Amino acid sequence: MGIMLLFVLVLATFLGFELITKVPSQLHTPLMSGSNAISGITIVGALISLLGTWNVQDDILRTVLGTCAVMFATINVVGGYLVTDRMLGMFTGGKK
Amino acid sequence: MPESLVNLLYIISSMIFVFGLKMLGKADTARKGNRISAIGMLLAIVTALASDNLIHWPWIVVGLAAGSVIGALAARLVAMTSMPELVALFNGLGGIASLLVGWVEFQRLYSAGALADTPWNDLVIIGVTVLIGGVTFTGSIIAWGKLSGKMSSRPILYGGQQVVNGFVVILILAAILLVSLGRPLLGPENLLPFLTPYTVLIVLGALSLILGVMVVIPIGGGDMPVVISLLNAYSGMAACAAGFVIKNNVLIVSGALVGSSGVILTNIMCKAMNRSLANVLFSGFGSGGGARQGAAFTGEAKPVSIEDAYPILEAAQNILIVPGYGMAVAQAQHAVQELASLLKENGAEVNFGIHPVAGRMPGHMNVLLAEANVPYDQLREMDDVNPTIEMVDVALVIGANDVVNPAARSDEGSPLYGMPVINVDKAHTVIVFKRSLNPGFAGVDNPLFFGENTRMLFGDARTSIQGLVTEFKG
Repeated sequence: MGIMLLFVLVLATFLGFELITKVPSQLHTPLMSGSNAISGITIVGALISLLGTWNVQDDILRTVLGTCAVMFATINVVGGYLVTDRMLGMFTGGKK
Repeated sequence: MPESLVNLLYIISSMIFVFGLKMLGKADTARKGNRISAIGMLLAIVTALASDNLIHWPWIVVGLAAGSVIGALAARLVAMTSMPELVALFNGLGGIASLLVGWVEFQRLYSAGALADTPWNDLVIIGVTVLIGGVTFTGSIIAWGKLSGKMSSRPILYGGQQVVNGFVVILILAAILLVSLGRPLLGPENLLPFLTPYTVLIVLGALSLILGVMVVIPIGGGDMPVVISLLNAYSGMAACAAGFVIKNNVLIVSGALVGSSGVILTNIMCKAMNRSLANVLFSGFGSGGGARQGAAFTGEAKPVSIEDAYPILEAAQNILIVPGYGMAVAQAQHAVQELASLLKENGAEVNFGIHPVAGRMPGHMNVLLAEANVPYDQLREMDDVNPTIEMVDVALVIGANDVVNPAARSDEGSPLYGMPVINVDKAHTVIVFKRSLNPGFAGVDNPLFFGENTRMLFGDARTSIQGLVTEFKG
């Protein structure tokens, strides 16, 4: 299992390097904030930590940590995508 | 939902991220690419929610709702000039979320009494997730503080800094090792009863948070474009590590994509300054004291008034505007746009020369000028304007300093030597908008200000430019 995950990591890293080679400077900020929003994918991990059948009373710490993780990751995701969209909207606006 | 379907949907959302990111790197498709990537995120979230029992949904709803409201408000309300610090803040939140994902998994194993039976490599990965997440969080918070002016953007240096940092790193590695045992070091009756895996994990978290602070404080404001893109790469790596913790491919793939694109952007920024990443991270550039000063030069700055600058601009046929961080500070982008369009109406060719590291984040000037509705075919890159710069009648330097410093080309003793700059000194006339003759961020004197063809227009950039606009209208 572990070695398969490592395999995925290596391939995805190479893909990432190939994907973005020459970026025009006007896209540097949107690329940064857009990829920042993608790094909010950790929200999936946060959500999974709150799934399943276990007793909240038995493990209140897990509940609180998980809920905080979901909230922080959601800010990252929602804020990241919206602010990138707002920025890119200005770029196309200036084109007209 | 069956596990195979869950995994299939995760693969699809990973593919969507790949397409989205690819489109984000091209001007025509960037906005669509961002929206496509958002769809991938939504799919991943829905899939995660459908993958297991939702009995604790109220907690999930609380987290999602609070996060959505805060994130949406921040993204809508924050001014474009505050964009660098907002991006830094979002980045930090992603880091702390990854740290918590690692911790919550540790907590789950702990309360199930399964720590001692957990394979050591699983525990190492939890430790690594806490480390990267923690460094990303506090590093981004410090970057936010420096960018928003809540703390000084000067580098903070002290004797033995590298030794202290190295010591913290060694402690962190030792902590990860202890956590990986899953049980107290010398068995239940060990000599140091407080060294349980849980206390060590907490110490590890605290050390990681401290390390994040310590690695960013020695980096000055002018190097922030590099730091921000590096922290962005870290947040991807943190998500990637969290993916190993919960054995989830979509986290690993997306985290790795963000990590590698962040490294590429970091590299572009370093190249634009002709410095290595190590030099940016460790040299304390811009502290003044540490940097070797360039050769002394003589000359006198020639001030010019708005009334005298007007005829120069009025007669110019080819005008190049070079903005810098000072334009952002003075919030002068709208005034600059107004002046540029008046100059254009007057028959001149007007271009903007954008240096890759002008401002405090990658592409900072482009965002501000786009906000002010400057058409983006007027925004030219450095390599684009330099070859024809002798044809420029008037170069307007607005709040830029180090990125137009000719000493980077000519003076081997200058700390900026070797950095590619926009060669405005080769234009017929240069008008520099500046508050005073103070050296720029790097603490390096700028011979441009004393050049034969340079005129200094002292004062607040926005007020000066508005003055010129009034002259043109009157």
